[in-house]
Amino acid sequence: MSVETGYELLRAPRGLNRVTGLLRRMGAFALVELQKLSHDRSELITRMVQPALWLLIFGQTFSRLHVINTGDVPYLAFLAPGIIAQSALFISIFYGIQIVWDRDAGILAKLMVTPAPASALITGKAFAAGVRSVAQVIGVLVIAYLMGIHLTANPLRIIAAMGVVVLGSAFFACLSMTLAGLVRNRDRLMGIGQAITMPLFFASNALYPVDVMPQWLRWLSAINPLSYEVNALRALLLGTPGNTWLDVGILLIAAVLGVAAASALLRRLVQ
Amino acid sequence: MTTAPAIDCRHLTHRYGQFTAVNDLTLEVQAGETMGLLGPNGAGKTTVVRVLTTLTPVQAGEVRIFGFDSRRDTLDIRQNIGYVPQQLSIESALTGRQNVDLFARLYDVPRKQLRARVDEALEAMQLLDVAGNLAGTYSGGMVRRLELAQALVNRPSLLILDEPTVGLDPIARDGVWTQVARMQDEFGMTVLLTTHYMEEADALCDRVALMHHGVLQTVGTPADLKTAVSPSATLEDVFRHHAGEDLSEDAAKQGLREIRSSRRAARRVS
Repeated sequence: MSVETGYELLRAPRGLNRVTGLLRRMGAFALVELQKLSHDRSELITRMVQPALWLLIFGQTFSRLHVINTGDVPYLAFLAPGIIAQSALFISIFYGIQIVWDRDAGILAKLMVTPAPASALITGKAFAAGVRSVAQVIGVLVIAYLMGIHLTANPLRIIAAMGVVVLGSAFFACLSMTLAGLVRNRDRLMGIGQAITMPLFFASNALYPVDVMPQWLRWLSAINPLSYEVNALRALLLGTPGNTWLDVGILLIAAVLGVAAASALLRRLVQ
Repeated sequence: MTTAPAIDCRHLTHRYGQFTAVNDLTLEVQAGETMGLLGPNGAGKTTVVRVLTTLTPVQAGEVRIFGFDSRRDTLDIRQNIGYVPQQLSIESALTGRQNVDLFARLYDVPRKQLRARVDEALEAMQLLDVAGNLAGTYSGGMVRRLELAQALVNRPSLLILDEPTVGLDPIARDGVWTQVARMQDEFGMTVLLTTHYMEEADALCDRVALMHHGVLQTVGTPADLKTAVSPSATLEDVFRHHAGEDLSEDAAKQGLREIRSSRRAARRVS
């Protein structure tokens, strides 16, 4: 199609340029989230309170009861990766509310008029959830070391654990944004977020091994990405046996599907 | 020189359930023109803007922006427009500069030009001195100017402004319109603005289109429209003439109140 005009019109990127354009825009959204975090670092600190309480109160109490068989691994060490995953889940699961907030504030409509595809915006938000969650990894590791819990000090394994947390957070943030696209209402989404968070947590191996679960809960655990995140974190931070590549692969697929679903429903939010 | 109109809207109809928000709208805006889309609340202006910006898909009819088909060439259209929504909407947790920088990146402003273009947009809106402050500390008028800077950073061929002065005090409104007029003069871009401040439209627009109940009542230059009604007519009179008895008393009162409050600002701008 030829477009004749006195203006120098721009065309949207095509072919390979479209992919690089998408990546650049994802980077732009990710940068914005980092900039927001840099203006308010107190959020990172306040978010550390909950995992600290889980380890200090719940972890120490249950490790004295000796009711959960975790094999050769002390219960506190077994629990620490689960608490990292739980903290990341609690951060990510409310990203849908944030995007509804952006919709209500008119920001989303303005962004949707730019050439940035919905997937770039969703991936940027998912990345932001990952960045906020990574801070939890560092915080829990510090608390764990202070409590004498033996987690790895290998920097490569810690970096890999951060990568796992980013993937897990991306999936749960996308799940939340997908729900936002379906219900389109902040209050309703808040209720759904609260309703699904604890079931996701308890139907995983974060607090106890899968072996002690009843069969129906094992099935739920098998389809719960949080279990794969915890598996991978335990393998990386504790060196427990497991198939880390399979866990990471499943998390990656879940994150990609999450981005696709949330992107497809994003436009519904501004209709 | 231009063969493709900036906006070519033919028989556009848009419904929300049983309610027809826009009914068979046909409107053409030439490149370089400043067109005002006027009407009271509920006239269908915002729906038209949402369709033109590709935010809402075309249900019936045809919309072309610089020849790009709104159904097919959505991303091409977005690449060439700037948009300021009715609602004041910025990221208050970012600085003014970061807000504009985001839009420069989303519009693929080349990396080497990024800083210069962001500075240029901020300077045009007289925000360069406060660019490092968090946008949450800005006044309403500054936020609106920041939004204009965001919309201008990609040097759009078409700037769409949806009620850009709603909720602003007369001084802030004056500032926004001065900047819009200056930008139009400087860059020669096409501007489509919706407003229910008729005197402001009278002062700033090359042509105005009057909408009521989703129907385009009339379109023309402010001078021609006024002359056709009476030698001393205002745009308010033109609107009453075309909207007739359908213009409810409440809408009339609201419109007149806002027109009076905007009169001084309009005089300063013109």
